[in-house]
Amino acid sequence: MATPTLANALTLAQRARNIRRNALLMGEVQGQGYIAQALDIADVLAVAYFHAMRFRPEDPAWEERDRFLLSNGHYAIALYAALIEAGIIPEAELETYGFDESRLPMSGMASYTPGMEMSGGSLGLGLGIAVGMALGLKRKKSAARIYTLFSDGELDEGSKWEAIMSAAHHKLDNLIAIVDVNNQQADGPSKQMLGFEPLVDKLEAFGWFVQRVDGNDLAAVVGAFDAAMAHAEPKPRMIVADTLMGKGVPFLEQREKNHFIRVEPHEWQLALSELNAGEQP
Amino acid sequence: MKSAGSSSSAKPRLTTSAMIASIAAEGQRTKPAPFGHALVELARSREDVVGMTADLGKYTDLHIFAQAFPDRYYQMGMAEQLLFGAASGLAAEGFMPFATTYAVFASRRAYDFIHQTIAEEDRNVKIACALPGLTSGYGPSHQAAEDLALFRAMPNMTVIDPCDAHEIEQIVPAVAAHRGPVYMRLLRGQVPLVLDEYNYRFELGKAALLRDGGDVLIISSGIMTMRALEAAQALSDDRVNAAVLHVPTIKPLDTEAILHEAGRPGRLVVVAENHTVIGGLGEAVASLLMRSGVHPAFRQIGLPDEFLAAGALPTLHDRYGISTAEVTRQIKEWLR
Repeated sequence: MATPTLANALTLAQRARNIRRNALLMGEVQGQGYIAQALDIADVLAVAYFHAMRFRPEDPAWEERDRFLLSNGHYAIALYAALIEAGIIPEAELETYGFDESRLPMSGMASYTPGMEMSGGSLGLGLGIAVGMALGLKRKKSAARIYTLFSDGELDEGSKWEAIMSAAHHKLDNLIAIVDVNNQQADGPSKQMLGFEPLVDKLEAFGWFVQRVDGNDLAAVVGAFDAAMAHAEPKPRMIVADTLMGKGVPFLEQREKNHFIRVEPHEWQLALSELNAGEQP
Repeated sequence: MKSAGSSSSAKPRLTTSAMIASIAAEGQRTKPAPFGHALVELARSREDVVGMTADLGKYTDLHIFAQAFPDRYYQMGMAEQLLFGAASGLAAEGFMPFATTYAVFASRRAYDFIHQTIAEEDRNVKIACALPGLTSGYGPSHQAAEDLALFRAMPNMTVIDPCDAHEIEQIVPAVAAHRGPVYMRLLRGQVPLVLDEYNYRFELGKAALLRDGGDVLIISSGIMTMRALEAAQALSDDRVNAAVLHVPTIKPLDTEAILHEAGRPGRLVVVAENHTVIGGLGEAVASLLMRSGVHPAFRQIGLPDEFLAAGALPTLHDRYGISTAEVTRQIKEWLR
């Protein structure tokens, strides 16, 4: 297991900040977006794309790449921000976000965007696809891994639990799932919609190797990814990431929590300047 | 009305036709497990073929494949949403999954999963489903009266309703040669053998005129083609000449053949399907004829818009008008 050094932690901090900036710029273009979620998951995406995953920016379909499945399609603005930072999508396309004919629709779809491996939007699909892809990689004796991100609200869907059972049954040690516990669903706090705690105990009982970390603590997230990659048991791996919606932009962190957070037209630039003000030396 | 067992000459009481009942009539020629054997044959030459099921391998004839290729067989458990999501994933990695379950579970329980992960992503998954239409007397839980309507409405999906064992054997390699998602109805177990006597070859997207006749044109798919051929024989005894156009590919529809045959003047056009009269072959043909300005006298034979009863298949097929006797009787009445 690689120990996160201060140097690469700082590099990842820069990546995470750039992902947040790209997401805010897209939000401004469209005047809307799931920006609070993008800000909360930026640290996880920075570690996934710039610490853990193998990929070739110029060849998004490279056979040996690690696959990243975005189950929560409404987080597309966050993944586009990461794909732009990774050089898979040109930065100039940021201006097209959400407009007609754009390759960057509001909800992530495999048929639109390079680097988008599945069509989300209908929640609860990703982990099942991930099981099939992980089985496929094993059939091909590929060393590549499947990463999949989903939201805590998706734990309400029965299909998630079918896939959670299946991944353990098939001993899919090439599968690393990340659940974003930001405790916010369409109708309110996740834990009030349909309780899923104690989540770590549940997932361990289902046969997974589980770690729970502060998803906005880069060093902790790096440690969790490293441990997930290095773990020896033939089990699928889950990282439960507790995150703060709006992370990195203090006035959005403090705004009353909503699934679809309202940002006034003049506030996008304010958000960008707060993000920049928060830069580490 | 006679009560059961009131005399020794009473009709035997028929038992419920549950999941393993054969659709074959007594004494009819049959072939065992045509889908399973055809898939094994295909898999010998195509290493990308894998078989997947949701706890219904034995009931969809996929166990034949499992025995021949145990390491290419995925038992996903009784989890249809997982089955089709995982099938999409295996297809994304370059494999060609044949995923089986009952038609009710694919069409009704897993619809969104097929819609989003297979059809929208245009994955090369072949969905093969047993108990299509009214082929179980177990009740609405297992009677897929609306599967064709649901899959017809799904973009990218090819939809096939085979008639017999001869046709199923040919459909398997044909859908493998076609790149893209396919929903095919499946007959399993002892499957009737009919079309081998008609010099018939299945061709994806093509209808076939199996028999010609000047009084009535029966346009049919699936097991109703078998019934239509039997009805045509019975009608000929009454000097009624019936043509039978078999349309196994429900989508894309062979509009050319249908318009050509339905456009021939002087014939009653009857569409016969093992499916609700809503949204299946009957309405597909009707709207095609309307759009094209072809207006023959037109009738539909199909299942009513209601929850169907449990019981024995012969009883139910009579009750809902899709037995050979009922097809014959209705056509005679319409021609009167």
